[in-house]
Amino acid sequence: MELIKPDLGLLFWMIVSFSILLYVLIKFAWKPILKALRDREQSISKSLLAAKRAKDEMAKIEFGNEKITQLAKLEKDSLLKEAKELKNKIIEEAREDAKLEAKKIIKEARQGVEQEKNKVINEIKNQIATLSVDIAENILKQKLEDKSKQKKLIDDLVKDIDLN
Amino acid sequence: MYKILLNITFVLAILIFNQKNIFANDNSAEKDPELPQEHNEEHEKEGFNPGDFIFDHIRDSYGWHLYSYKGHHVAIPLPVILYSKTKGFISFWSFKLEHGHTYHGFKIAHEGDYENKIIEVDNYGEFIARPLDISITKNVTAILFSCFFLIFIFVSVANSYKKREGLPPKGLQSLFEPLILFIRDDVAKSSIGEKHYERFTPFLLTIFFFILLNNLLGLVPLFPGGANVTGNITVTMALALFTFFITTITGNKNYWSHIFNTPGVPWWLKLPLPLIPFIELFGVFIKPFVLMIRLFANISAGHIIVLGFFSLIFIFGNMSPGLGMAVSPVSVLFAIFMSVLEILVAFIQAYVFTILSAIYFGMASEEDH
Repeated sequence: MELIKPDLGLLFWMIVSFSILLYVLIKFAWKPILKALRDREQSISKSLLAAKRAKDEMAKIEFGNEKITQLAKLEKDSLLKEAKELKNKIIEEAREDAKLEAKKIIKEARQGVEQEKNKVINEIKNQIATLSVDIAENILKQKLEDKSKQKKLIDDLVKDIDLN
Repeated sequence: MYKILLNITFVLAILIFNQKNIFANDNSAEKDPELPQEHNEEHEKEGFNPGDFIFDHIRDSYGWHLYSYKGHHVAIPLPVILYSKTKGFISFWSFKLEHGHTYHGFKIAHEGDYENKIIEVDNYGEFIARPLDISITKNVTAILFSCFFLIFIFVSVANSYKKREGLPPKGLQSLFEPLILFIRDDVAKSSIGEKHYERFTPFLLTIFFFILLNNLLGLVPLFPGGANVTGNITVTMALALFTFFITTITGNKNYWSHIFNTPGVPWWLKLPLPLIPFIELFGVFIKPFVLMIRLFANISAGHIIVLGFFSLIFIFGNMSPGLGMAVSPVSVLFAIFMSVLEILVAFIQAYVFTILSAIYFGMASEEDH
C-alpha cells in the first residue's frame, strides 16, 4: 500500500522544485530557444519567398527581353522596309523630277532658240529696213539733185493724191 | 507481446506475494531497535526476500543506499527535516536512523500505517504521532538533481541559440532541436491548435524533458540514477496537478459550457437529473488522475519486472548455488531485454503524458465552432 500512498513531504518538494524548474526553464531556456527557432523559420520562409520572387522576376525579365528583341526585330524590319520604300520613292521622285527638269530644259531651250531666232529675224528685218531706207535715201538724194526733178516728183505725188 | 509481459508480471506477483508470507515470521524478529548488530546478523540469516528487495528499490527512502558489502550498508546520508508539535523543527542526517535506531524520539516505522516513514515515539518505543516530514529524501534529491541538470542543459542550449543566431544547430543544440520541434509541432500545435499552442509549449517541453530524464535516470542503477522518481505516485500526482490546474485556469467559456451544458445531448439527460454534467465534471478530475496512475504504473511495473528477473537468481541461488548460476544467464538476458523495452517505455510514457496534457489544454482553449 505504501507504493500508492502519496507522501506530503515529497509532494511539497516536488511542487516547489518543479515550479522553480518551470520558471527558470521558461524564462531562460524555452523562450529564447522557441524565439530563435521561430526567427530562423521566418527568415528561411522569407528567403524562400524572396528567392521565388527573384526567380519570377528573372523569368519576367527574360520574357521581356525576348519581347523586346522581337519588337526590335519587327521595328528593324519595318524600318528597313520603310527605308527601301523611301529609297524607291526618292529614286522615283528623282526620276520624275529629272524628267520634268529635262522637259523644262528642253522647253526652255526651245523657247530660247525661238526667241533667238525671232531676235535674229527681227534684227535682220531691222537691218533690211535700215538698208532699204539707206538705199531709198540714196536714191532720193540722187533724184532730188535738181529742182525740176523735185518739182516733177512733187507734182507726181500730188497728182496721185485724189482729192475726192 | 503485451500478453506475455502480463503473464510474467502475474507469475512474479504470485512469487513475491508467497515469499512475503514465507518470510513474514522472520521479519517480526527484527523489530528491536536496541539490538542493531543482531538485527544485521538476523538479516543475513533470513535469506532473500524478493518482495522486500523489489520494494526497497522502488520506494522512496531517507538515505541514498549505494551498495552493501558483507552486511555493511554504504549509503549517502541525506538531511531529514521534521516538524513535530512537541519538538518543533528538527533536522539531522538520515544515517542516525539507520538499522532501526531511534534519534531524538524519532524512528523509521517498520509496520503499521506509516511503514518506512519516520514516526515520533516515546521512551518506550510507543508510537506518538507522525511528524510533518519534509525531509530531503532520495527522490527529492533525484528531483533536485534532475532540475539542476535540465536547467544546465537547456540554458546552455539556449545560449548556443543566441550565440549561433541564424546558423544551423550544433552539438547539444542539434541533439535537442528535433525533440523540441517534435513537441512544439506534433504535440502542441497539432493538439492545441495554431492559435493557442504557443502559450502551452514551454510547459509541455518542461514536463516532457522532466519525465523523460527521470524515466531514463530511473533505469540507471548507479548514482545519481536509480531513484524511482517517475514511478513514484507522489511525483506523478504533482505533475498531474500541474496539468489539472493549467487546464482549469485556462478553460474558456466554451470548455465549461461543454461540461455543464453539453451540446448535442437530449435535454432530459441534463435537466431534472444532471446526469451528463455530472459525468463531465467527474471527467475533469478523472483525466489528471489517469495521467497520474498511467505514468506511475508503467514505470513502476517496468522496474518491478526487471528487479523480479534479478530476484530469480537469488531465489534459485538460495535453493542451491548451482541452480542460481544456471538461472542467472536467463535472468540477465530477460532483464536486459526488459531494460531495452523500458528505454522505449521511457520515451513513450513521456510522450503520452505530454500529448494527453496538450489534448486537455486544447480542450480547455478550444473555441466555439
